[in-house]
Amino acid sequence: MFELLPALLRGLGVTVQLTVLGSILGFILAFLTGLARLSRYSPVRFIAACYVEVFRGSSLLVQLFWMFYALPFFGIRLPGLAVGVLALGMNFGAYGSEIVRSSILAIPQGQTEAAIALNFTPFQRLWRIILPQAWLIMIPSFGNLLIELLKGTSLVSLITLTDLAFQGALLRETTGRTIEIYSLLLIIYFILAFFITLSMRWLERLAAVGRS
Amino acid sequence: MSVSQMSAALQTDAFAEQPIVRYRKVSKSFGDLQVIKEIDLNIAPGEKVAVIGPSGSGKTTLVRMLMTLERPSGGTIEVDGEMLWHKRVNGKLVPADEKHLQRVRCKIGMVFQQFNLFPHMNVLRNVTEAPVHVLGLSRAEAEERAREMLTKVGLADKLDAYPAKLSGGQQQRVAIARALVMRPKVMLFDEVTSALDPELVGEVLTVIKEIAAEGDMTMMLVTHEMDFAREVADRVIFIDNGEIMEQGPPWAIFGHPRHPRTRAFLSRFRKK
Amino acid sequence: MVIWDWEFAIKVLPDLFKAMRVTVAATFAGFGLALVIGLILALGRRASFKPLSLLSRGIIEFIRSTPLLIQLFFIFYALPLATGISLSAFQAGALGLGLHYGTYLSEVYRAGIDAIPRGQWEAATALNFSRLHTWTRIILPQAIPPIIPVMGNYLIAMFKETPLLSTITVVEMLQTAKIIGSEWYRYLEPFTIVGALFLLLSYPASVLVRRLELRLNQR
Ligand SMILES: Nc1ncnc2c1ncn2[C@@H]1O[C@H](COP(=O)(O)OP(=O)(O)OP(=O)(O)O)[C@@H](O)[C@H]1O
Ligand SMILES: [Mg+2]
Repeated sequence: MFELLPALLRGLGVTVQLTVLGSILGFILAFLTGLARLSRYSPVRFIAACYVEVFRGSSLLVQLFWMFYALPFFGIRLPGLAVGVLALGMNFGAYGSEIVRSSILAIPQGQTEAAIALNFTPFQRLWRIILPQAWLIMIPSFGNLLIELLKGTSLVSLITLTDLAFQGALLRETTGRTIEIYSLLLIIYFILAFFITLSMRWLERLAAVGRS
Repeated sequence: MSVSQMSAALQTDAFAEQPIVRYRKVSKSFGDLQVIKEIDLNIAPGEKVAVIGPSGSGKTTLVRMLMTLERPSGGTIEVDGEMLWHKRVNGKLVPADEKHLQRVRCKIGMVFQQFNLFPHMNVLRNVTEAPVHVLGLSRAEAEERAREMLTKVGLADKLDAYPAKLSGGQQQRVAIARALVMRPKVMLFDEVTSALDPELVGEVLTVIKEIAAEGDMTMMLVTHEMDFAREVADRVIFIDNGEIMEQGPPWAIFGHPRHPRTRAFLSRFRKK
Repeated sequence: MVIWDWEFAIKVLPDLFKAMRVTVAATFAGFGLALVIGLILALGRRASFKPLSLLSRGIIEFIRSTPLLIQLFFIFYALPLATGISLSAFQAGALGLGLHYGTYLSEVYRAGIDAIPRGQWEAATALNFSRLHTWTRIILPQAIPPIIPVMGNYLIAMFKETPLLSTITVVEMLQTAKIIGSEWYRYLEPFTIVGALFLLLSYPASVLVRRLELRLNQR
């Protein structure tokens, strides 16, 4: 069974790459959108809400296919990896923005008031007082979302990217050892997810210094 | 002499110099509910003013407007001769922008009922964060100031502790140091001992009394601790229903309250 | 250049609508399974018999953290080889969805059950109810109503994952769009319509769930 591993793991690089790049794009979008949804200006809130609802409301696989097959009709032809990162990142960002928004709202109003009383600027209030506290609340939810993203990367095999799932399908065609291949694949993903869980726990401990 | 004449006399006496805080016909409504009704109030530099009154009478709202946490619905507030919520552009009053608020706000500090320490920072950081990032002091300068203040409130040995590890009384004393380190001209205290266990109230009041005894800090103290008010205040203001019902020196208000509402309020207090 | 071809869009609409039936059927079949599997896993996790609770926990963790896509492949392609039981594509798809979302729902059940005050259990014991009676008459009737909105959210989430069934040859909306696209060499309209249909169904549903949540919180 394990002689299949090297061939399968050829897809690991693409899976990890997609997870990392997708989550970076996703984090950025999540923070920008989460903050935009709390903006004073209603047009900003509206645009952010539209992005969130569209990407949460339609399906990730449909988004992936749309960007891969339909975007070229607008003259935008992106390489597969870019499509994968874009779709995963935008999807992650839409869900993540809700995490950012609700975590910020969960910080007691008194923290903002104390920061105003100390004459911090609005940006400093957010950056030095609110976000560091909200961050601690966000970590576990972001951990779960990151695992969803990892799982979602398997879909890129359907737009010809050679990730783990793709190598699995390829190997199945050449060897026919269906049971072993899919069992191995599931175990590999499980280990990757476990690694994410561990890292998030470590991050959480790091962020929780001093707080009981 | 009527009550109003008497308080007018008191005021002119105290205001040989320009007041540091001046409320002029200040009102505040939340929706249909008017909680502050055209209040006029002058506070002299260095004066200690205790604000008392029943729950929901508007005491917190009164000080929060001065801290710029609540925008008045009408009237103006001046701090040190400068409009707080408005500025004058071509002779017309326009609402102040954040920049203006920031300039005037640095003269005011506040201590809250719920402490509102920053839970993600240790004591030293709580106290140095604003001096470094708002006043632009170097970290060394800020820490020196912070140490001095924390010594004053008796917490020099807790610099590295996080708020979660401190008692309520200790947290509130850190909050006082955090406000003092900014060297505001006016300090606002909103029921700073109400959230504390009874046995911890004393340590916080002692610290405030010490600061008051130094003399030059202007203070506005909302409190339910009548003995404390009697001891530190130069003037006691009794608020009911969003209006100043009566004001005067502690001996007058506590000894010879004139207004029936004041009497009722104080007698209820004694019974408790 | 006119990018969007209305005529084409209208022409392919009926086929996509027809395929929507498969999508909806798969959603409800999958969700029905998920409700049952979730409850079994939740009860398994609470079992006082340690190996059983550990096993349930392991299953939940494993299924939750591996991709539905691979699980579908496993059920559709590997399971028949391993067990001799072969499922139709639709059955395999519904089972995959049911298992995957069952693990999510087990956590939801758990939260609901944990929220029942101890006193309820104690009262049931004091009244000498049987275990079955305690569960079916006392605990679950109280545990389930508050978690209905969360379950609704998972129903919507599952609905949006049904396009994955296209990979095991279920001809649902996405698969239909793909077939149309490859036939006419036009992907823009069919994929856009499919996306829009998902949005059209899931957005109002999620608004409904939010309302329900507010209503429940008010009580
Ligand atoms: N943000 C707000 N929105 C609506 N109503 C408010 C708000 N803040 C205060 N109020 C109302 O304004 C009135 C005055 O409140 P305030 O907190 O100033 O009273 P207080 O004198 O400080 O009372 P306490 O002694 O209980 O602290 C109350 O009736 C209160 O319910
Ligand atoms: Mg108050």
